[in-house]
Amino acid sequence: MSTPAEEVVAIGEATLKDRILNRLTRLLQDQWKLLVLGIPYAWLLLFFLAPFFFVLKISLAETTIASPPYTPLVEWVDEGIMHVRVVIDNYAYLWEDDLYVNTYLNSLVISVTSTILCLLLGYPIAYAIVRSSHTVKHILLLLIILPFWTSFLLRVYAWMGLLADQGTINDLLIALGIIDEPIRMLYTTFAVYVGIVYTYVPFMILPLYANMEKLDWELLEAAADLGAKPMTTFFTITLPATSPGILAGSLLVFIPATGEYVIPDLLGGGNVLMIGRVLYNEFNANIDWPVASAVAIALLLLLVLPMMLYQHIQAKETENP
Amino acid sequence: MAEALDYTDRPWLDPEAEPFIKVQSVSKHFGDFTAVDSVDLDIYKGELFCLLGGSGCGKSTLLRMLAGFETPSSGTILIDGQNMNDVPPYERPVNMMFQSYALFPHMTVWNNVAYGLRRDKVPKSEIQQRVDEMISMVELDQFAKRKPHQLSGGQKQRVALARALVKQPKVLLLDEPLGALDKRLREQTQYELMNIQEQLGVTFIVVTHDQEEAMTLSTRIAVMDTGRFQQIGTPTEIYEFPNSRVVANFIGNANMFEGRIIENGPDHVIVESNDPKCEFFVDHGMSIQEGTKVWVALRPEKVRISKESPANSSANTIRGMVHDIGYLGGTSTYRVQVDGDHMIEITSPNMMRPRDASPPIDWDEEVYLSWDASSSVVLTK
Repeated sequence: MSTPAEEVVAIGEATLKDRILNRLTRLLQDQWKLLVLGIPYAWLLLFFLAPFFFVLKISLAETTIASPPYTPLVEWVDEGIMHVRVVIDNYAYLWEDDLYVNTYLNSLVISVTSTILCLLLGYPIAYAIVRSSHTVKHILLLLIILPFWTSFLLRVYAWMGLLADQGTINDLLIALGIIDEPIRMLYTTFAVYVGIVYTYVPFMILPLYANMEKLDWELLEAAADLGAKPMTTFFTITLPATSPGILAGSLLVFIPATGEYVIPDLLGGGNVLMIGRVLYNEFNANIDWPVASAVAIALLLLLVLPMMLYQHIQAKETENP
Repeated sequence: MAEALDYTDRPWLDPEAEPFIKVQSVSKHFGDFTAVDSVDLDIYKGELFCLLGGSGCGKSTLLRMLAGFETPSSGTILIDGQNMNDVPPYERPVNMMFQSYALFPHMTVWNNVAYGLRRDKVPKSEIQQRVDEMISMVELDQFAKRKPHQLSGGQKQRVALARALVKQPKVLLLDEPLGALDKRLREQTQYELMNIQEQLGVTFIVVTHDQEEAMTLSTRIAVMDTGRFQQIGTPTEIYEFPNSRVVANFIGNANMFEGRIIENGPDHVIVESNDPKCEFFVDHGMSIQEGTKVWVALRPEKVRISKESPANSSANTIRGMVHDIGYLGGTSTYRVQVDGDHMIEITSPNMMRPRDASPPIDWDEEVYLSWDASSSVVLTK
């Protein structure tokens, strides 16, 4: 038997050993945490933030005939004297020239309308997928994802073939005797809408589907039980409960649609002005990198600011509802 | 002078009472599976009726048919004299409290409770008053502005109850109302539910798998198994006079003996069981032939356990050895090994405080088990 004094010493040793071990494991855990968090941060810094600052830098320069075709931001004039040139003319130019303002507005109108069309089309599709049986559900989801297995560019070209004056649709309508002359569809705003909605509707359906999968169908029964007719249940329960999916899907459609270049270029021709095309032209046709960069930064602000505002409101709401 | 019978607490005994809910040979099939198999049921106004059974017995399907979420494959359901078969859920005079509570997550407690009244286009001032009243009845005044995710399980349960009751339904359907609560809260809520039911006089139909819950809550219980009612009766009837082995085993514990009628007198029957070897003297006659195979159910608390042989011991006594003792404080549960390896369970109240900590009856002790002639129940199925 050990005396009480011996026991105390034994306990003391055990706790000391435990403490050192604990300290060590915690240190290791901290290192892991750093590593795990560090990798995505490094990725974001390297591939998103750094390019962004390059573009920002170029947007504050002037165009010159050189390589690269813009003036440097920082120059060493003499030994030890630094010369910083910041030009905001590019931004002023965007604001003053109607072309840019109109193009921005037109892009917004097209992307907002497309987003609404995608929502109107995607919501019932997502709902139908969620409510279908297990096997059918997987087939339908596969069909939604299937187009991604062929090149996006190829699919847009296919639409050109469908919509052209001598294209499949017009040929068919003429052959059936419904029309005498081809309807002009290609190189119109209509074609751009067709292209954007076609391309982006899966991005609306998938987040909606993910959100609806989690929807508690008993809520709909509860609403019916409390006297709500199916329409009322939809607007008071289903729609609010799926609003996170609606928002996620809408952002996934709206953001890329605003900056879309390929679809307005191929299906809209020169007739539909969208900011992606203007940006491309500034870079490649005009070789005006600073203005092109300013266009890009302005587009970013246009998209990011409302999103940040929304997130701010959202965060506040969850804090104190 | 003969006293006039008072049926107020037992309307099902009143031959002139008109049932409030009539379920008439209702069946429900899902493909090949028969969930509810041609059941008949009368429920009277103001009853607290329990549908009791294990999972998959059809109790929830029957409840959902009453709410209107499922349509019967055949048969009719009448509520207050009105055929409900073609009435959608949103037009029925019933409200349901869901097992998961199904509170609307994007609405505050107050708006959850007000939802049903808003659908009925009740004037604003009346909604305000009725919702406030209902919320204070379930003691959630301070929580009216909270969202469901900020509430505890018990609080959610009360919101669900308030939301279903605020419309003053003729019938309230409750699907496992206490299932998600812990034991202590469950007991408390059980009595709250009974009080509210008494106060408002609404007919409650409760679905539960918990027999204790069914026993304390209800005026009558329907024990359901494989889509059919096994027995309908008051908690006492079902516990003391089960009509089948299924019911006897489902409600409470029962020691079951298989035997044969060896004597059938006008005021008694004697059942002989071979395995374990034992004779049961039962103090009532039965219209049954001698030699018929029967089962005897004996409740654990109706068996006496003693170290000494009881007087006049021939029938209704059996010798055994204590195999296990479960000391529960107020009562002790003994498992006594008799005639080979048969186990009989006995619950006995610990009425005496023992002088020292040693139990009055110990492990591996020889004991005599005995019971009254009125204690055993003879079952034919």
